[in-house]
Amino acid sequence: MEIKKPAVAGTLESSDCMVTVEPGQGQVDLDLDSAVIRQYGKQIRKVIRETLDRLDVSNAKVTVVDKGALDCTIKARVECAVYRSNDIKDNLPWGGVIK
Amino acid sequence: MNPNMKRLRRSMMFLNCQKPGLIKDPYVYAPDSIMLDLEDAVAEKEKDAARYSLYHALQEIDYRGVERVVRINGLDTDLWIEDIRCSVAGGCDSIRIPKTETAADVKKVEAAVAAAEKEFGVEEGRTLIMAALESARGVMNAFEICQSSPRLFGIALSGGDYTKDLQTTISGTGVELMGARQHMIIAARAAGVQCFDTVYTNLNDMEGFRKDVETIHTMGFDGKSIINPRQIPIVHEIYTPKPKDIIFAEKVVHEIDTKKAQGIGVFTVDGKMIDIAFYDGAKRTLALAKASGVYKGDL
Repeated sequence: MEIKKPAVAGTLESSDCMVTVEPGQGQVDLDLDSAVIRQYGKQIRKVIRETLDRLDVSNAKVTVVDKGALDCTIKARVECAVYRSNDIKDNLPWGGVIK
Repeated sequence: MNPNMKRLRRSMMFLNCQKPGLIKDPYVYAPDSIMLDLEDAVAEKEKDAARYSLYHALQEIDYRGVERVVRINGLDTDLWIEDIRCSVAGGCDSIRIPKTETAADVKKVEAAVAAAEKEFGVEEGRTLIMAALESARGVMNAFEICQSSPRLFGIALSGGDYTKDLQTTISGTGVELMGARQHMIIAARAAGVQCFDTVYTNLNDMEGFRKDVETIHTMGFDGKSIINPRQIPIVHEIYTPKPKDIIFAEKVVHEIDTKKAQGIGVFTVDGKMIDIAFYDGAKRTLALAKASGVYKGDL
């Protein structure tokens, strides 16, 4: 999926994360900030990359500020940002690339 | 029949799907049901975000046996069909329809739920429905709504919108809700479905809350909508049969079974006149005690 325009999802509240996606420069550039980066940084990056892969996003600048979000919240925020960048809100592929 | 139709639903706690911190572990408070809200609690511009959070929470969080009801957006919006697709695909247990006014409203949702079950490979009939009545018209149509679908397990009063429609306000005394409460519980019982009361919004008045729960318990309601975990223990305490009630119910069931075999129709238990009319009530007390975990007997 193409990142057509900048889009944001999530908040900076506890247990949440804020994900910003922008059109990229030929690859996925991921910038992660998290209070628990030492303990969980690797896992958080993995969840973000896997979610982007499922959505077939290969060209994007992705900025994530994590406030202790569970994996399921990270996935939800990444997906929301990507679909917002395409203005898609209905008839979503639940259980398909969203899983 | 879906085995969840008559499950224990003393406390149904609202949770805002817009807030990941709220939906990640509500099972620690042990409500009977959670109502994951896509409607009023979610800001208009976050309706899409709430769905992604809901879907993944349903798929990945172990709610430890707590029923997962999703309150969808109203049928007067362009949001409710996608809400149902997301909820059913995620594996929710039930859909709560807001602002239900007619049996036709339930049938519209029933069709969308059935379509979603088919689309996402969910067992047909797995997803139940409940209807919230929030207007004078909805309350007047309570009986037809209760009979509208084999998936419908119950109806719930939504007091805020209902009192607005009546052109009054929530007084704290419950006077303004009495007519709707009485009508709805009668309609629900006549149709064989459950009935749930509205929320109590003043969290600083726990004594008022207790009185409110005692009132609806006495009226016959199956449970109450909850907005804060602090309200749960009070509801469960009031709804859990007391030891003396359990002992008496056991005696009634046992004596009726015994006397029936002897051809005796009316007799006394602990000085009280008992006949067959007491049988179902005593059985219900024991079933509720068993479901509440305070009765291990086999009656």
